[in-house]
Amino acid sequence: MPGRAPGSDADELLRLDGIGVRLSGREILRDVGFTIRPGEFTGLIGPNGAGKTTLLRVILGLQQPTSGTVAIAGTPRGKAGRARGGSMVGYVPQKLLIEADMPLRVRDVVALGIDGHRLGIPFPSRARRELVAEALRAVGAERYADARVGELSGGEQQRVMIAHALISRPRLLLLDEPLANLDIRSAQGIVAVLARLAREQRIAVLISAHDMNPLVQVMERIVYVAAGRAAVGSTDEVLRSEVLSRLYGHHVDVLHVHGRVLIVAGSAGGPGGGDAVAERPDAILDSGVA
Amino acid sequence: MGHFLTYVFEPGLLASGPVRVAALVGGIVAITSGVVGVFTVTRGQSFAGHSLADVAATGGSGAFLVGLNQFWGFLAFGIGGAAFLEMIGVQRRRGRDVATGVLLGAALGVAALFLYLGSVTTSTTGASFTVLFGSMFVISTSTVPALIASGLIALAIVITLSRVLLLSSLSPDIAAIRGVPVRAVGAAYLIALAVSVSLSAMVIGAVLSTALLIGPAATALRVAKGPVRAMATAAVTGVIATWLGIILAYDSYYWPPHGRGWPVSFFVVGFVAVFYLLSYLRVPGRSRERACSPAS
Amino acid sequence: MFTGLMMNTWIAATIVAVIAGVVGFFAVLRGSTFAAHAIPNGAFTGAAGASLLGINTIVGLVVFSVAGALGIGAAGRRARHDVATALALVMMLGLGALFVSVSTEYAQETYSLLFGEVFGVSAAEVLPIACLGAVSIAAIIVLFRPLLLSSAMPEVAEARGVRARRMEISFLLIMALATSMTVPVVGALLMFSLMIGPAAAARSFTSRPGLAMTLSVAFGLVTVWTGIVVSYETNWPLGFFVGVMGAAFYLFGRAWAAVRRTRAVRADLAAPVGAAA
Repeated sequence: MPGRAPGSDADELLRLDGIGVRLSGREILRDVGFTIRPGEFTGLIGPNGAGKTTLLRVILGLQQPTSGTVAIAGTPRGKAGRARGGSMVGYVPQKLLIEADMPLRVRDVVALGIDGHRLGIPFPSRARRELVAEALRAVGAERYADARVGELSGGEQQRVMIAHALISRPRLLLLDEPLANLDIRSAQGIVAVLARLAREQRIAVLISAHDMNPLVQVMERIVYVAAGRAAVGSTDEVLRSEVLSRLYGHHVDVLHVHGRVLIVAGSAGGPGGGDAVAERPDAILDSGVA
Repeated sequence: MGHFLTYVFEPGLLASGPVRVAALVGGIVAITSGVVGVFTVTRGQSFAGHSLADVAATGGSGAFLVGLNQFWGFLAFGIGGAAFLEMIGVQRRRGRDVATGVLLGAALGVAALFLYLGSVTTSTTGASFTVLFGSMFVISTSTVPALIASGLIALAIVITLSRVLLLSSLSPDIAAIRGVPVRAVGAAYLIALAVSVSLSAMVIGAVLSTALLIGPAATALRVAKGPVRAMATAAVTGVIATWLGIILAYDSYYWPPHGRGWPVSFFVVGFVAVFYLLSYLRVPGRSRERACSPAS
Repeated sequence: MFTGLMMNTWIAATIVAVIAGVVGFFAVLRGSTFAAHAIPNGAFTGAAGASLLGINTIVGLVVFSVAGALGIGAAGRRARHDVATALALVMMLGLGALFVSVSTEYAQETYSLLFGEVFGVSAAEVLPIACLGAVSIAAIIVLFRPLLLSSAMPEVAEARGVRARRMEISFLLIMALATSMTVPVVGALLMFSLMIGPAAAARSFTSRPGLAMTLSVAFGLVTVWTGIVVSYETNWPLGFFVGVMGAAFYLFGRAWAAVRRTRAVRADLAAPVGAAA
């Protein structure tokens, strides 16, 4: 498998070693490991159900791995599992339970990123207002700062949640399928925001997606998850037929078409494949057809 | 204008002792219910809020039967009911509602028993009516401090928890990552809810308790945007509905059928409903247009 | 206990338990527990209003149950379902308070409308109960598959042309029908317990619809039959036994489910790591 680039340990924001997860008798993930360094833009790619969300939850401490270790900034997460990324790791979840009548404006949601975990009512202060304004500017959400968060579109809500995560100045930002239900323009907008954050503020980004094409231009490294295992490396190293065929356990073709990436399952016995046993009939596993 | 005022404020209204007590305690109950209700509605726990009121009322009947002060009966059963719901620990809404329904069914059954035993041992009839609809004008002044205290406690708990409650509602995962004990916060909130509805069920009856819990909050959530504004609007709406209800109930002694008066619960529920319906008269076009695909 | 007069009680209670089991299965499946509590209370108000106006109680019962059901259905579109139900409930009870207080003699009737007077059922009352019960069950049988699909998988149902709104209103009306006839027998508050307790318990044991509905009816029958016997002996109200037994069945079911779950988790942890998927 394409390995990790050599570098000092102290540089690593996140390090996974030999992570395995078993749920309800099914093995979801086996022997997954990779590292993330400051400012890196990493895509966590794979078909739906491959285990991307599970992997993110393991990193965040919301899910206990059956085996393996997670270390954040060199400190391994203990058995107790209680998520102590502290403010180092920001998280933008996939599903938000925002009902239309939730009494939160955009600026309220972002302000919760500062101290939403504390008791009591916050004292309004200029410092807080400045922090909120700054975060809103960073994601381009100033326009609707006073709108009810339940009334926003999907793309707008994503920006708000990114601002919410940003405001505690994380070194690593994890996003779970933020582009899933967005149209192309909104998706491109989100990716542009994230790319700028990675570039200008040296915030590492780990973003999961089942369609990698909006990210291909921006991704430096890729963790490709399929059939319970992961291939890790730069996009050139990983997005190759041999690599992914070994991962899937049957032959797949990686096609580069007009700057997009298509991954197509071939029939049994194709060249360069591993076992001839194909688990799926001819089908497009991942495509850029958005 | 002066003539109209004397028509509305019948003679003796503001000087009447029971009316003043009702206004004071009713006001506190309305404020507490309104603020707690904002979170109850947002968290989709309206059924739990209603059921706990009935459960508390059952406790009151039991205490009355045994000769204890009703207040402790209300409170004990209310908190006990909340503890049961918490221990059943179902996360998804449908399962929660079913557990609540089972609790309510059991409590109503026990209430049936208490009321039956009460009618057999003493000769109080009409107890079921009072249990449901309360007795705002018959509050004894000695219990007032305890009532106010419990209301303020429930209010304090909810206000203290307001931020973490909102964060947990927004995303339990994010809250968990930030170190919020989501389960414990939910339990604490449920206890505050139980205290609030036990208090209001005792003072104004189980029916009105639910009306003041849900109605003003639902109204406020349609009208106010931020959390603080929503809580304040709910409290104010509840107080106005309660006070207007008290005024009209007092006035109704002069309406047909003479001398009996109409029940205050009818008026308060009426005003709560009217305010809620008024909230639907918002200026159209206030909500922003969806620019792209709506959130799923 | 099995004399002529009591036979009416047995028959009426059995019919009510069957209706409750069938309707309750769907109420629990759809999460309409709150509505199942609210609609019978509408019946209470209807009876009080009918008594005040001097018209037939049954008319009042049906009118207010149906009005309540439609109100919940309509309001549920604009507001959250549980908020709509809560407001409908309190409005109806507020009216009920007015009716009861304005009329002159009502204390005992309040109790019996809320909690039931199953031992006072006359032969004349059994027939309407049986008829309306048959109508409700027939409606459920006719609508069984679309209702089940719409309750369990609403999006799939929509795709197949089963409109969720239509199913929702239909089901609320079925509940109104079922409760308006049974309220004089078991009372508003207890019809609710009979609908929810046994059905909730049944779902803890199985997720197969046919079996769950059968269990639901079975538990309901066991509950009322046992309840009648004990109530007859002790004179304690039937509602007490219904409520408590329903809760007991439910808790037993949840304990059962919890035991099954812990066994599954233990199997997960015991399996050797790295076993082929």
